[in-house]
Amino acid sequence: VSTAVATADALRRAPSARQAGWAGIALGVLAWFLALPPLLVRAPAVPVLVGALAVGAGGFAVSRGERRVGWGAIVAGLAGAIGGVASTRSGVDHLEAVVTWSALFAAMLRFATPLVFGALGGIVSERSGVVNIGIEGMMLMGAFFGIFGADLTGSWALGLVVAMAGGAVLALVHAVFSITLRADQIVGGVALNFLASGITGYLFVEHYGDQGTPDDVSRVPDVTLPLVKDIPFVGDVIGKMNLLTWLALLAALLLATFLFRTAQGLRLRSIGEHPRAAETVGLSVYRTRYLAVVASGVLASLGGAYLSIGFLGSFNQNMTAGRGYIALAIVICGRWRPGGALAFALLFGFSSALAQRLPTFSESGATLFQALPYVVTIIAVAGLIGRSRPPAAVGQPYTRE
Amino acid sequence: VSVVQEPAEGAALGGEPGGGPGGGQTSTARLAAYLQGGGVIVPLLTVLMAFLAGGLVILATGHNPASTYKAIFDGTGLNWFLPWTSSADRPAAALNLQQTLIITTPLIFTGLAVAFAFRCGLFNIGGQGQYLMGSYAAVWAGSTMAGVAHFPHIVLAALAAAVAGALWAGIAGLLKATVGANEVITTIMLNYTAIFVGQYLFGLGGPLQNDAQRSVPVSNDVAASAKLPVFWGDPQLQGLHVGLFVALVALVVFWVVLNRSTTGYEVRAVGLNPEAARYGGMSVARNYLLVMAVCGLFAGLAGAMDVLGWQFRVATNDITISQIGFIGIAVALLGRNTAIGTLFSALLFGALLSGTSQRNLDPTIFEPELASNLTTIIQGLVVLFVSADVLVLTILRRGRRLMPARRSGGT
Repeated sequence: VSTAVATADALRRAPSARQAGWAGIALGVLAWFLALPPLLVRAPAVPVLVGALAVGAGGFAVSRGERRVGWGAIVAGLAGAIGGVASTRSGVDHLEAVVTWSALFAAMLRFATPLVFGALGGIVSERSGVVNIGIEGMMLMGAFFGIFGADLTGSWALGLVVAMAGGAVLALVHAVFSITLRADQIVGGVALNFLASGITGYLFVEHYGDQGTPDDVSRVPDVTLPLVKDIPFVGDVIGKMNLLTWLALLAALLLATFLFRTAQGLRLRSIGEHPRAAETVGLSVYRTRYLAVVASGVLASLGGAYLSIGFLGSFNQNMTAGRGYIALAIVICGRWRPGGALAFALLFGFSSALAQRLPTFSESGATLFQALPYVVTIIAVAGLIGRSRPPAAVGQPYTRE
Repeated sequence: VSVVQEPAEGAALGGEPGGGPGGGQTSTARLAAYLQGGGVIVPLLTVLMAFLAGGLVILATGHNPASTYKAIFDGTGLNWFLPWTSSADRPAAALNLQQTLIITTPLIFTGLAVAFAFRCGLFNIGGQGQYLMGSYAAVWAGSTMAGVAHFPHIVLAALAAAVAGALWAGIAGLLKATVGANEVITTIMLNYTAIFVGQYLFGLGGPLQNDAQRSVPVSNDVAASAKLPVFWGDPQLQGLHVGLFVALVALVVFWVVLNRSTTGYEVRAVGLNPEAARYGGMSVARNYLLVMAVCGLFAGLAGAMDVLGWQFRVATNDITISQIGFIGIAVALLGRNTAIGTLFSALLFGALLSGTSQRNLDPTIFEPELASNLTTIIQGLVVLFVSADVLVLTILRRGRRLMPARRSGGT
């Protein structure tokens, strides 16, 4: 009886320690937030006090066994205090130039869009048991063939179709090598990235030469929401978003529903966890994996197309610049779930948005700030890896008995 | 009958249902096992297939594959070795060959940086970042410390590059060893970070930007005392520097460490099967950290050879264009992660790079800008073919079908 009471006691206590940890994390964020616009508290003592509270809450959580959340709160508290104090010491005009929340959030969504598409592609493929390092290359194919198609046909919609076809072809190569030929999926994926870089670079030089892609190419339009546009904060962020950004959000929702609410999704996941068992109950491992890999190529290519005909309106060699790899990191951090991936894509998008605005503080440091998304990726992958469990059969070629 | 052969084949085909459960092995470990076996034929056929596919690309875009490849071959300077090359062509061929060997030198190092990791079951895609960090350190050490004598200055600069590369790769190694962070992702992110570090250091207003030319985003020039001696050709025209011999020594060191030392034994054991190695009392984490640091050391030296041998400065434009570290992946894979294989595939890709360079390729036959992308395509195809070892599979397929039959016949 006494052990039962103790267990019940511990169960009652555990959530409170976890809540303290989460509260600490929130306090850490608050410590910095207080010193930023619009509140702009100028007394350094305030962020220090709030940060200290966060560290205290984190320490409490750690002492009660909630180590991960607790340490998260301690780090958040320290970062919040340091950032807050730094903010109180920098000029108000600088702060207001960098931290315009509506512009930051709008930029966050812009930067997150290709990452969301890439990560969703990675999730589809890896949930079926095939590692797809080639996401980067498939994005690049989408970026080039998107603008190529839009330029040839004069229509962005057909451009998107051509982009998806480009991504699908490269994905099909990956499927043939990794599923039928049982190649090493990681090495094969890296090969595809070289291949995509070479193919798109070759065709770019061949077709557009030194002039680059034309300026008047048909672009994916922005969606203007009539009433929402006039709401003060929300309107600035989502009132005039690109169609592909809406599509990315929709795709995340649809994929989450498909994977976790439909029988087909369950089958896909079971093939990624235990292909032998799935085949035993009559599912075709090969066919499902082929479809999943090609779907991942289509999704990734939309992310690339967003870069060329959605956002910039031009193409440069290797313009994806590692976004496909960041998308893979997002897959891991988001624990192979569309919702989690969306959240982390927004986090990475925010770090890019911030990096874009930070140069106000230091001109020569501007280039260094551009490394922020990549550094954040390393930290996120290192910090979250222990909690994240990949599908059991991922990366293993499957052979029929 | 096949008792002796069986373990070898079982290792090569680990993961096959006939070969027992291969779940404990990582895919890279399986690949490492694959790549150790096999002779010269398979890599040669792989290259042939890649070049044929590249030829199709040339043909499909309306160029002549034969004359294109001929022009690239002439650009490599390898015709210097052909006895029928006329004495009038020889000086130009010699210049081109010097270029080829100058590029081969860093490729040997970055190839080793990838190969050593593969032998431990790690995939080091971070050769590019490690190479860049090495070149930054080399140019810094080579352009400062003015009073140092010739030979010590070179050694110090190369040492700085090796340490910088090792530390940079060590970040990925440490994260892999402590929290198990996927080295593919961390090394790629470190590549991009290294690019921005360089653009910050040598960009306008950066801390290591040129003291005299404040409007040009380059580093200071390497002092004469830190320049590698040139032993073939004119030092003013990028003659061949002694870094090639350093690279050859590195190949020997790689082979000896891997095949004739306890460390190498552990590295290979972890690469073949980390679980078994752990069970055998080896520290897998320690090996991961050590191997990544050594890989970074190799790649860092590649940067040192380029900076001290012929570039003598680092320009921010070159930082983003450079592909030496990435091509190291193809070099290692095609060379089957062996010392001798790395040497020959570094020579192949060195020749391909110099043959398609702006300086060596005749632009009237094929645009160098197109050709450099062609190199990337061929590089991708080589890695793709090696990843599947399509040819090996076809050759082994008969053997694989026979194997279970033989086994059941024997028992």
